[in-house]
Amino acid sequence: MIDENSKNLIIRMFHVHKNYGSKNAIIDITLDIPQNEFLFISGPSGAGKTTLLKLLYLGESVSKGQVLIDGMNLSRISRKRIPFLRRKFGIIFQDYKLIPSKTVFENVALVLEAKGIKKRLTQKKVRSILRVVGMEDRPDSFPPSLSGGEQQRVAIARAVAGDPKIILADEPTGSLDSESADIILDLLKRFHKRGATVIIATHSKELIHKTGGRLIYLKKGRLMKNT
Amino acid sequence: MIILFFKRALKDILNNRFLNVVTIITIALSILIVSAFILFFVNTSDIMNSWKKGIRLMVYLKPGVTEGKRLAIKYKIQTIGGVQDARFISKDEALERFKNQMKRQSSLLKNLKENPLPDAFEIRIIASSQDSEKIELLASQIEALPSVEEVEYGQLWLGRFTSIFNLFRLTGYTMGCIFFMATVFIVANTIRLVLYSRREEVEIMRLVGAADRFIKAPFYIEGLIQGALGGFIGLFVLFITFIYVSSRVEQGFSLNLLSIRFLSPGIIFLIILCSMFVGWLGCFLSLKQFFKV
Repeated sequence: MIDENSKNLIIRMFHVHKNYGSKNAIIDITLDIPQNEFLFISGPSGAGKTTLLKLLYLGESVSKGQVLIDGMNLSRISRKRIPFLRRKFGIIFQDYKLIPSKTVFENVALVLEAKGIKKRLTQKKVRSILRVVGMEDRPDSFPPSLSGGEQQRVAIARAVAGDPKIILADEPTGSLDSESADIILDLLKRFHKRGATVIIATHSKELIHKTGGRLIYLKKGRLMKNT
Repeated sequence: MIILFFKRALKDILNNRFLNVVTIITIALSILIVSAFILFFVNTSDIMNSWKKGIRLMVYLKPGVTEGKRLAIKYKIQTIGGVQDARFISKDEALERFKNQMKRQSSLLKNLKENPLPDAFEIRIIASSQDSEKIELLASQIEALPSVEEVEYGQLWLGRFTSIFNLFRLTGYTMGCIFFMATVFIVANTIRLVLYSRREEVEIMRLVGAADRFIKAPFYIEGLIQGALGGFIGLFVLFITFIYVSSRVEQGFSLNLLSIRFLSPGIIFLIILCSMFVGWLGCFLSLKQFFKV
């Protein structure tokens, strides 16, 4: 029987393990994340933060256990359905992962083109998002010509362009100065207010203290704290 | 969506000009060589067919054959399977023909005291009997008739030419297969290099939720374009070569004017299609391997 609370749970993890050969990256994690949560995943380097995020969008598959994303059981998903799973996510990386040979506009538009959105609507939406992240003046610039903060803003724009339900950010402010980091955090809070579930993997205590929100702490692949 | 894929394919080709030019030239060279073989076969078949139509058996009679015996021989020849008709050429008519053919060397015939040529029958063969085995059988049947001295049909050159033709055909098939595989391999390698140089971009596309079809389609179109361009260039070079060669080849063997022709539009279309298939197949194999990982 499904209880009322579980209907609002957008991510559910049941006794999840992930091994790389003999190395245990994730050990027996059970975790529920409700919709519209603002969650930090913290822990020292090598704790499993990035691995945990990868398990959510099937960048890696679990060795044991089950993961449910918005009702989809990842262990039962076919290869053809994986792109549709990933469209529920907007992913932000520490190294931005922008395509250097495409302009700012093209990088953001890619998400919408992949969904089959018509050209006119794509153009309208991309311009709107670039305005939100403050990059409306640089649509024809190429990523290598942008600063770190600017690139991360473009990455956020790309992450939210498809109106994802879940935003995953892996050390989004890791290589930025504090001013740029504040801008990034503000943007993430803004999209959280619009209804997205935001999950940030970070070891920055400052970032966590500035924002508040729920915190889970990983150490050597195990869930140590869940507040 | 197709227009978007097409635009991306063209953009990719322009961004990787060197690689694509190498691939297109490779395809063009393969098409050129294979098409040259096809052109050779087409024209040789035409020549063989026209020669076959003109194949005549000459049945030379022994000296002193009476008219009655001659008519009997003609009747027997006409009843043999494969014979279309038999025309009698008297020794006098044969000498006249010979003199006409040897007009420029007429001095050789000045001192000819008597006619050395025999009476003969010129036999035309029906179309279905115009292969070397059947002709040989027919000749041996006629040769067995009484009062027949000899039967001649150019057996040596026909047999040899047929053997050479078959050898060329086999060589053509073999080379065609080898070039096909080599070209597919080169196209696959080119696409693999392009994919490798763009692996990060492909990975990002997968992360943002692009379906495999969305990522692969421009590459397939790229392969088709490479194949089409390679095909056109190969055929164009062949055509120019054909024009040059055919303007220098002397025509007119025996009484028939032989005209060599270029490939028909149907064959050209098929070659372009095959070329595009080669381009597509190379992409398919490369993408299959890349996306398995």
